[in-house]
Amino acid sequence: MAVITYREALNRALREEMNRDENVFLLGEEVGEYDGAYKVSKGLLDEFGEWRIRDTPIAENGFAGLGIGAAMAGLRPIVEFMTWNFALLAYDAIVNSAAKMLYMSGGQYNVPIVFRGPGGAALQLSAQHSQVPDPWYANIPGLKVCTPGTPADALGLLKSAIRDDDPVVFIEGELLYNVKGEVPDEEHIVPIGVADIKREGSDVTLVCHSKMVKVVTDAAGILADEHEVEAEIVDLRTIRPLDIDTVIESVKKTSRAVVVQEGSPHSGIGAQVVDDIQREAFDHLDAPVARVSSLDVPMHYARPVEKHILPSADAVVSAALHVCYLD
Amino acid sequence: MATKVVMAQLSPTMEEGKLVEWKVKEGDEVSQGDILAEVETDKANMDIEAMGGGTVRALLISEGDVVEVGALIGVLGDPDEDISDLVDGAKPSAGAQAGGDERDEAASAEGPEDEADDDAEQAEAATKPAGADESRAEAEPAAEAEPAPDAADAGATIEEKRSNGRVKVSPLARRMAEDAGLDIARIEGSGPGGRIVKSDVQAAIESGGPEAEEEAPERGAPERAAVPSAAVRSAALRPARLEDERIEASQMRKTIAKRLVQSIGPVPHFFLTTEIDMGRALDLRKALNERLSASGVKVGVNDLLLKVAAEALARHPEINASWAEDAIQRHGSADIGIAVAVPDGLITPVVREADRKGLAQIAGEASDLIERARNRKLKPEEYTGATFSISNLGMFGIDEFTAIINPPEAAILAVGQTVEKPVVEGGEVVVRRRMRVTMSCDHRVIDGATGAVFLQTYRAMLENPLELVS
Repeated sequence: MAVITYREALNRALREEMNRDENVFLLGEEVGEYDGAYKVSKGLLDEFGEWRIRDTPIAENGFAGLGIGAAMAGLRPIVEFMTWNFALLAYDAIVNSAAKMLYMSGGQYNVPIVFRGPGGAALQLSAQHSQVPDPWYANIPGLKVCTPGTPADALGLLKSAIRDDDPVVFIEGELLYNVKGEVPDEEHIVPIGVADIKREGSDVTLVCHSKMVKVVTDAAGILADEHEVEAEIVDLRTIRPLDIDTVIESVKKTSRAVVVQEGSPHSGIGAQVVDDIQREAFDHLDAPVARVSSLDVPMHYARPVEKHILPSADAVVSAALHVCYLD
Repeated sequence: MATKVVMAQLSPTMEEGKLVEWKVKEGDEVSQGDILAEVETDKANMDIEAMGGGTVRALLISEGDVVEVGALIGVLGDPDEDISDLVDGAKPSAGAQAGGDERDEAASAEGPEDEADDDAEQAEAATKPAGADESRAEAEPAAEAEPAPDAADAGATIEEKRSNGRVKVSPLARRMAEDAGLDIARIEGSGPGGRIVKSDVQAAIESGGPEAEEEAPERGAPERAAVPSAAVRSAALRPARLEDERIEASQMRKTIAKRLVQSIGPVPHFFLTTEIDMGRALDLRKALNERLSASGVKVGVNDLLLKVAAEALARHPEINASWAEDAIQRHGSADIGIAVAVPDGLITPVVREADRKGLAQIAGEASDLIERARNRKLKPEEYTGATFSISNLGMFGIDEFTAIINPPEAAILAVGQTVEKPVVEGGEVVVRRRMRVTMSCDHRVIDGATGAVFLQTYRAMLENPLELVS
């Protein structure tokens, strides 16, 4: 079991899948000569050549649409956005073309494409470049949305996404690229739509995905060390389709839940999870389900304010103690 | 074939019943009409009788148990019949699963929903209150005699009742308490706003549960002595400090609480008070009793007050009425409820058609009703459906008070004590026997002047009883 970075795990997934299937190719801004803005595609141009590693102009809607056309023609494109904030320009292509094609063509055309790139806040990127795109895409029937929080899940989910016959939105995290973790040496596949128990516990269920896996893991440590509360961490890993069964099983065990997301609270993924919990596990709840999210504001540039807006381990600890009636 | 015995709905507002006593034991042979059990409802103690013959095969609840209406409480059948299907599926706490009578394999094979429907239909047939004759039970289901709110209440679940009573409890804690057979209302809540949470139920389970339900108040205990003796109790006889005591609400107390909240909340009350010179009325009563002495009937002041009220209602039908949401329902007869104190509450037996009955007849009926009310032997139809009520606290030395209307009646008359007091008449101070009455009116039905005119008639009749025949 090697310890590698999230970035290296993604790079390995791309390499393995491009070796496995010659129809797989990567396109996007600076993915070739520059090895990718975040070096995810490092070395791939040398290995696979510019026919399969394509640098594109700064024209998101154009190259996203190009990818969709290629997918309809039988290829398996991977479209990299430098960040998901820039992908707003391709929203029409993703939502109106990729997500709808199978349905509106009466099943004649499926679109086996992966749209990937980093989402969420990094460091002082301000309001336009710190956004969490999760609910924008999770709300669209016809899309699958993966949000891995660890190197192993990044590897396994990207491979599943590339092999999937339908459009997959794959949301990484700029602050996750340097995170290290153990990754199996052998072929590693993580199926889309299956959550993972990252830590077992008996007292409260902490639901999270993407970058919040790290925040929640820190919180669980504080809860155990300082409050004798054993938290169970459910990493959703995929937010569409949502593996709510794993969440419900855990809540039935702990009777309490805190749902954590990086994005702002209104209409967030957490709202969907809470809705499922209250319907499926009502009789098992000992307290109303709590949510932790960013504040409901555009992201601020100043570093202390940015930190204040984002969900912290302390906020998760507070919410967990609250639902345990320990505050 | 086996016959289920279920907790029958013995009064229109009954939601659960408490088994006072089994009158049979397992193995007994019973035939149709035999009394199986005595049950305490929210109003009275009543008997459940067998609707078929056979051997008592199973008695599923114990004396003192409280179960919801419709719950299976016993099984009648052939001595060697296999009843395990019936008994195993029976959990008294399982809620309003009503029992059916004859069940065969085919019926059992139906889906759960179908079964519930069938059972509900059969429930009335399987058990019925003793004393209710067949034609009445069929022609006039008790629920129809009551106003809509009661009918809705009768179907209310335990959950609804609790939320009305505002017991805050987490869903998990509720489920744990139910699994452990604990009464959630008896557990202290430690969560926000007193919410009962998991740890509270765990603590209750570990401590062996809340205290066992207290015994029902003794029947036949001195009923009236308590109040005056408490009032005059000597300080020397009192212990240094009385123990804190929690008196569990009886079925009747719960019903009183619910009904009165229904009244003072939605019913817009207003109050009219007048003072009545009782001299002539009391003289009349005395004269009447002398005439009736041979017959054994004795007319009380309350009978007189009731008769006069009935007569006044006949002359003012706008008072003898009910608010029916989109109409005012006037009633064709003056059916007058008399508030009667019983050891753990009160009940209002009804003198029917009092406007068409003489004083002697009223006195006889009222005395019988009151006595049976105190023994909790009234049938539901004897304490429901009044059109007007009278409550008299004069015997406790109360000068005047306001009573809360018992819906759907539109008014209630609160009667104080009659006292001798100085009154100015024609410029001179004279001693007169005076009584103050206060009528509570439902303003949706009765306006101030309407009520005042009624009271004017009422007073005039009492002050000059000749008005009664004018």
